[in-house]
Amino acid sequence: MSRARLLVGTRKGAFILTSDGTRKAWQINGPYFGGWEVYHLKGSPVDPNRLYASQSSGWFGQIIQRSDDGGKNWAPPDGRQTPPSAGMPKPESNKFVYEGEVGAHLWYDGTLRPWEFKRVWHLEPSLTDPDMVYAGIEDAALFRTTDGGLTWQELPALRGAKGHLWQPGAGGMGLHTILLDPGNARRIFVAISAAGVFRTDDGGKTWRPMNRGLKSANELPDPSVEVGHCVHRIAMHSSRPNVLFMQKHWDVNRSDDAGESWHEVSGNLPTDFGFPIEVHAHEPETIYVVPIKSDSEHYPPDGKLRVYRSRTGGNEWEALSNGLPQRDCFVNVLRDSMAIDSLDPCGVYFGTTGGQVYASSDSGDHWMSIVRDLPAVLSVEVQTLA
Amino acid sequence: MIRVVLPFHLQTLAHVEPEVIIEVEGRPTLRSALDALEVCYPVLAGTIRDHVTHKRRPFVRFYACQRDLSNEPPDTDLPEAVVLGKEPLLVIGAIAGG
Repeated sequence: MSRARLLVGTRKGAFILTSDGTRKAWQINGPYFGGWEVYHLKGSPVDPNRLYASQSSGWFGQIIQRSDDGGKNWAPPDGRQTPPSAGMPKPESNKFVYEGEVGAHLWYDGTLRPWEFKRVWHLEPSLTDPDMVYAGIEDAALFRTTDGGLTWQELPALRGAKGHLWQPGAGGMGLHTILLDPGNARRIFVAISAAGVFRTDDGGKTWRPMNRGLKSANELPDPSVEVGHCVHRIAMHSSRPNVLFMQKHWDVNRSDDAGESWHEVSGNLPTDFGFPIEVHAHEPETIYVVPIKSDSEHYPPDGKLRVYRSRTGGNEWEALSNGLPQRDCFVNVLRDSMAIDSLDPCGVYFGTTGGQVYASSDSGDHWMSIVRDLPAVLSVEVQTLA
Repeated sequence: MIRVVLPFHLQTLAHVEPEVIIEVEGRPTLRSALDALEVCYPVLAGTIRDHVTHKRRPFVRFYACQRDLSNEPPDTDLPEAVVLGKEPLLVIGAIAGG
């Protein structure tokens, strides 16, 4: 029987939750890296035992951790637990250095401020090579390892796509989403808060802003600006890489032409502000969001935690609440904290800033809480295991 | 031989006890002590000092013999008591809430 493995990053460590295919009873393991912020963990699609984790703290900076046995054991990729022998290269698995002249981006006061590495927000393993991983970092840039995390190199051309005009929002200027086109290894989409969506069609040598049609009237009165939209998350279904869905700082959007243009599909959502967006594993027109009240009130409307599902690719939304708290609930769900498994019926999972992780084994019709008292959840990923 | 006391998270990261002992070649300074520490425990590279600039990370502090060495130049000689192993060099994470 297939199994599901949830990889949960939290403010105070990582947790790994496992279940059989029924997804009813879960084993909870952790915390791994207790006390550290674990922004993201993700497994290689090629080798499900190969996991990568971004471990960081405001005091001690960034560590990349890797597991080769499905999360039982972890170590930095450069084996830095032991003193190196003579001639061994210096450990660099947590070294993220912007390439060439660092350059500057816009700061809050309109001045220019040099790029400065703060942390890795998101790890995206290659679809074909377990040793290749992309890393989205803050201040926004894209890095890649081709040696299993031992070293990281920037793909610098991304910051050349009007990077001097990028400006951080209050949450920091992070590259938070990386989508790899399963049919075209040279095409990658990334999303940056608060710069927008960018696409490369040549493996990262050149990039273009892909934000035409987005509207952010309060923050960007000029509708023709190419960068500056606060994109919270983008998602695609692997069978249709030209169709993208976006949760933005207000409104949900859709592109049917690989990001060349966007149009709003918020429809009948009670509020179109939120962070995560995901696509059903087997229904490319079925998407999920978690609306929160406003940009100033990051909690569900009316104290009711509801996931919204559209089976029409947007515009027509239904509330999913069976098994979710419908009173006195004021948690948030962060952008990387929702995931979909590929079992049938497909499972939907999300974690909250209140430390709960919820699961549905029937595409969102019914929910249960797997665990209730974790530290604030920063990310959720799921692996479907044979 | 120089004694170095590490903060909790770096102890767990390096899988060591709170106090470690390192051997410093040449003149014992703040810089050479941290260099030696990172050689002995490579996992600590980038956690106390920036990888490239080797500047002290903002929320890490250095103390020894009741003195704050955090803002001293990196080639400041370590106090004699530290060099002789009578007192440790303390690496401390700055206090912060939450």
